[in-house]
Amino acid sequence: MKINDVILRTVVKGVVFIVLTLGVYLFFAGHNEPGGGFIGGLVLGSGIVLLYITFDIETVHRGMPFDFKKVAALGVLLATGSAIASLFFGAPFLKQADDYFEFPLLGETHLTTVTIFEAGVALTVIGTLVTIILSISEDE
Amino acid sequence: MNNIIVLPMIVPIITAILLVFLRDFIKLQRIISLMTMGFVIGVTALLLGLVQSGGIMKLDFSGWLPPYGILFVADSFALILVLTASIITAICLIYAFATIGERHERMFFYPFVLFLIAGVNGSFLTGDIFNLFVCFEVMLLASYVLVALGGEKVQLREALKYVLINVVASWMFLVALAFLYGTVKTLNMAHIAQRVAELGQDPILTTVSILFLIVFALKAGLLLFFWLPGSYSVPPTAVQALFAALLTKVGVYALFRTFTLMFPLNQEVTHLVIGIMAGLTIIAGCMGALAGKDVRTIATYNVIIAIGFILIGLATGTETGFAGSIYYLVHDMFAKALLFLLIGTMVYLTGEVIVKRMSGLIRNYPLFGWIYFIVMCALAGIPPLSGFIGKLLIGQGAIEGENFVLLALGFASSIIVLYSLLRILLASFFGETTISEDHQKPIPKLAMTAFSLLALCLIVLGVGAEAFAPFIEDAAKTLADPSIYIEAVLGNSE
Amino acid sequence: MESLMMILIGVLVAVATYLVLSRKILRVIIGTAVLSHAVHLLILTVGGLKKGDVPLLSQSDGPYTDALPQALILTAIVISFAVTAFVLVLAYRMYKTNDADDFSELGGSSDE
Repeated sequence: MKINDVILRTVVKGVVFIVLTLGVYLFFAGHNEPGGGFIGGLVLGSGIVLLYITFDIETVHRGMPFDFKKVAALGVLLATGSAIASLFFGAPFLKQADDYFEFPLLGETHLTTVTIFEAGVALTVIGTLVTIILSISEDE
Repeated sequence: MNNIIVLPMIVPIITAILLVFLRDFIKLQRIISLMTMGFVIGVTALLLGLVQSGGIMKLDFSGWLPPYGILFVADSFALILVLTASIITAICLIYAFATIGERHERMFFYPFVLFLIAGVNGSFLTGDIFNLFVCFEVMLLASYVLVALGGEKVQLREALKYVLINVVASWMFLVALAFLYGTVKTLNMAHIAQRVAELGQDPILTTVSILFLIVFALKAGLLLFFWLPGSYSVPPTAVQALFAALLTKVGVYALFRTFTLMFPLNQEVTHLVIGIMAGLTIIAGCMGALAGKDVRTIATYNVIIAIGFILIGLATGTETGFAGSIYYLVHDMFAKALLFLLIGTMVYLTGEVIVKRMSGLIRNYPLFGWIYFIVMCALAGIPPLSGFIGKLLIGQGAIEGENFVLLALGFASSIIVLYSLLRILLASFFGETTISEDHQKPIPKLAMTAFSLLALCLIVLGVGAEAFAPFIEDAAKTLADPSIYIEAVLGNSE
Repeated sequence: MESLMMILIGVLVAVATYLVLSRKILRVIIGTAVLSHAVHLLILTVGGLKKGDVPLLSQSDGPYTDALPQALILTAIVISFAVTAFVLVLAYRMYKTNDADDFSELGGSSDE
């Protein structure tokens, strides 16, 4: 029996953007407020999982042809990379740098290397989450 | 600022991730993983030299001074174990090249081995107890995957039990950490030691220390080893050897750190409990080794006996005992890795696991048989091989500490070890050969190289004991006098 | 407040113990998840439940809350997330190959 999932599909088409936006917001909010790479990654990952649940794996895979194992690996690479980058500047392991920059349109912006580390964490979480869900659902 | 200290942990992690991207290039994976281990060995040897000349080194992550940040501390004890673990991993990798099979290699075998060694090295080097928990988990996660890798029925079954037992053990670790933090409000091991000394290790701290004892006893297979024989006999041989050599020894290391550095004050309680547990472990291990008919069972119970024996050194609480334990720990890591590789190869060659059903292997594979003979002698503690000096020093320590029961048990266990291994030698290696010349499977050259390298390590460790003595003495001195460690970690933050 | 938290933790541990000791694999896994939640609360409680400001020197004069228990809990959550996820996959694979979702069917020696 085929389940009628018109409502789910229609709602998800809208909701998934809200979920993903929330994920990105949480990720950037993490610097000074609650949020951060792990939470942001979880929300982004669950958005992607929602897509996989609503539409079938092939359809989503056509839109996002990533191997999520490699996404996770890339995340760990980014995080450890930002951690050891300090070694090349003669600073202790994991030392982070930050500074204020002037940009046209944006004005004064606070940029830190922690963001790179957090991006790594987020990618790792997304990659792991999606890999786990896919590996359970693959062999029906 | 000694960034070099973090390399033994971080380099394997980074190369492991690179290997994930190189999934289809198996040759390249092999070369990179072996080169990584070579690099780690080199760095650790360099560090060991530096520590001898300049004292204990530390690295405060991100420049946060202790006790606020987390840190890595490199003292002789940690570095000796990092070096041993890295050498064994490199040799097990060589064995794995020849035997593990392409299916495993494509299923990210090498990345997980590298994650495992990263966790092991991190556990040895860290100076923060919560960081120890994290490194433990990195190591355990990699080991979960390695037990289950391959996905055979038995493997999955044992893996599930292994994982669940370790999850509960990790939970207890967290409970112990919570109470410790609630009591002393710090997680830096040196700082904990200082606070415990100020507070005088009252009953609640002793209770917390007993909780840690239970946790690490589960991980080390000290008395609470019921999970060990099952999960150590299912994975591929190279993984078995790695587990036997590394995993339980990390638990032993943690026990040493906990009860020499952090909770050394209430010895009449804690060290008595450790002594009783060590004695019971030896007795139970001996029973298992005597009763076992399966070669793998005999080998796993030998691991358990050795854990009990090493912890006699801790229970004595003397510097000689510590030196003996360190010596025996290093010896046992090499010897158990070799023993498991040999046993696994025997099973591969004959297709049998029962001792009595194998026969005459030494006629078909003379060198193989002689290497088994070497490892047997080393484990029994026959001079000039590596087991002798460790046993001698632990015995001396036990006499100094007047633990005569443990002394008797320890040396009686040597005879049982010899007997259990001799039984395999007599039944499986001597006698009429059951394999005809035509059906004889060749032992891969790389596997033979791995055996020879490990056997060589055992001989060098025994014959060249004099050369290693300064390192071991330095490590034992730091264990016996924790103020050296505390001074090195907290000294310049005052 | 502390005693209330300790009772809650006790209840959680009791529930989790009951689940872990049951035979169904899925229940055991849920039990371990509940166990880890209990210990997270324990860390929070023994770290001290007090109201204070964020521990940033430039933003307030204190008193500050201790940020460390939260950092520990976050780390512990990440680890238990990874482990639980792995156990779920493992249990599923085992269900597929061994056709068993019950520990009483998983006994037996390892040599078969």
